[in-house]
Amino acid sequence: MKTYEEINAKIEAKKAVVLTAEEIIDYVEKKGLRAAAEEVDVVTTATFGPMCSSGCFLNFGHSSPRIRISEAWLDDVRAYCGIAAVDVYLGATELRQGDPANLYHPGEFRFGGAHVIEKLVRGEKVQLFGLSYGTDCYPRREIRTWFTLKDLNQAIMTNPRNCYQNYNVAVNSSDRTIYTYLGQLKPGLKNATYCSAGQLSPLLNDPFYETIGVGTRVWLAGAQGIVYGEGTQHAGAVDRGGNGVPVEGGGTLALTADMKEMDPRWVRAVSLTGYGVSLSLGVGIPIPVLNKEILKRAAVRDRDILATVVDYATDYPNRTGKTLGRVTYEELRSGEISLGGKKVEAGSLSSYRYALEIAELLKAEIEAGRFTVSRPVRRLPVDRSFRPLAIKESERYG
Amino acid sequence: MAETAFTKKYFLYFPKCETEKPIVYHLVKDYNLMVNIFRAKVTPEEEGYLVLDLTGTAGDIARGLEFVRTFNVTVNEQSIGLRWDAERCTHCGNCLPHCPTRALDFKDRTTREVRFDAAACIECLSCVANCPFSACASVF
Ligand code: SF4
Ligand code: SF4
Repeated sequence: MKTYEEINAKIEAKKAVVLTAEEIIDYVEKKGLRAAAEEVDVVTTATFGPMCSSGCFLNFGHSSPRIRISEAWLDDVRAYCGIAAVDVYLGATELRQGDPANLYHPGEFRFGGAHVIEKLVRGEKVQLFGLSYGTDCYPRREIRTWFTLKDLNQAIMTNPRNCYQNYNVAVNSSDRTIYTYLGQLKPGLKNATYCSAGQLSPLLNDPFYETIGVGTRVWLAGAQGIVYGEGTQHAGAVDRGGNGVPVEGGGTLALTADMKEMDPRWVRAVSLTGYGVSLSLGVGIPIPVLNKEILKRAAVRDRDILATVVDYATDYPNRTGKTLGRVTYEELRSGEISLGGKKVEAGSLSSYRYALEIAELLKAEIEAGRFTVSRPVRRLPVDRSFRPLAIKESERYG
Repeated sequence: MAETAFTKKYFLYFPKCETEKPIVYHLVKDYNLMVNIFRAKVTPEEEGYLVLDLTGTAGDIARGLEFVRTFNVTVNEQSIGLRWDAERCTHCGNCLPHCPTRALDFKDRTTREVRFDAAACIECLSCVANCPFSACASVF
């Protein structure tokens, strides 16, 4: 048994023993759980993949004369202005004004909010165009200017849903190619797409949210951020395997961090043909080894993590609840899964290589005493289930 | 002793030009070459591109290319019509099931580093639409 304080004292003395979630697997096997739990202080987990529910709050500061921006476009991408005078929220999936979307199917979705965010983190110049209705205190009605990340007072990435604990494997049983947020799916179950770092992924290493909770310090694209709440659609009460690991969606995290501290390598716009724009982000989360049960769960391996295969031609869009079976991440990572005796090629949208790199980076930060672990101020709910949306008849008076 | 035939890939660039001559016909007829066109974009009054395999003896290929060059065409043996940007690639592997020749594949299954083998690429362009990170693009 170790406490957060003891682990942090070791980190600050640069004496902490840190292993990545990949390294810990063999280590536990070699040393045994008890000995490993005594020796190892922190396990680093990571993931890199598209996370649609991402975006940022920006504050521009005030012009002379002042403007209360009521509509804004950043490089022609609409930002939300229903907040204070010169604050906006730019969402990753927002399309550029005039993008034909899927009018000529499949659309290319070359530029959107995620691309603007990527440009900002790269330090590139972005155009602000804003309109206002004008007030006595904010008389200006229109503004057009250029800015970089440095010019802003604040640029706070605020992502209501990142790090899905687990995710569907998508296939297509129909006789035409379909275009989804899990990429292009060829007809007749020709290929499958998954999107998880498996044994490296944060919430798959802490399946019951024992150490990752509200207030946990995280590595978000190179910046030190925090978990500010449960993510949207967080649902701990899902089907779990014998080891407690969810075999479907499960938990999610709401993350925030200062964009000015981010490294552009880990903030990457994504164009999904026929679907839309998204943002790929790198996230790293340390798991403090408080006891051997926590270590046991953090030593989970790909072959013991299951994902559910779903048909995105019919069952997913119509929400039939039907699934086509389960496969392990070991099979998925081999590049081929077996579905009802048929071999199906598997590809990933999540980059295991980048996740590994992030887990190593975070490990180095902790070893150097620059990144400590934090006790959550509140635990994420384990018993909450996922509510569907009912379509109701309009209510009449009387 | 008869010279042995071999196959090599060429990327031809036609500057904004002119030629009305059926170049490919002459390559086959006069220079004894087998031509396998992967991809072409040749529009009158505009720049043009042609990516092809030539099969023949070294001598015939050299003479054929000499003939092609007389039309001001640039012959490039290194370059191909697909650009894979190693900087933009995040090694996700999404393109792998879509690449018919394994020109895009993992160099190493453990670390999952993706590499591009230009020699194996047949320029089907399926990776262009499939790469979420815009790492693959057509030159023309
Ligand atoms: S899909 Fe694009 S980013 Fe992913 S491995 Fe292939 S080339 Fe690289
Ligand atoms: S163009 Fe076709 S063959 Fe070449 S790398 Fe892309 S998918 Fe593979």
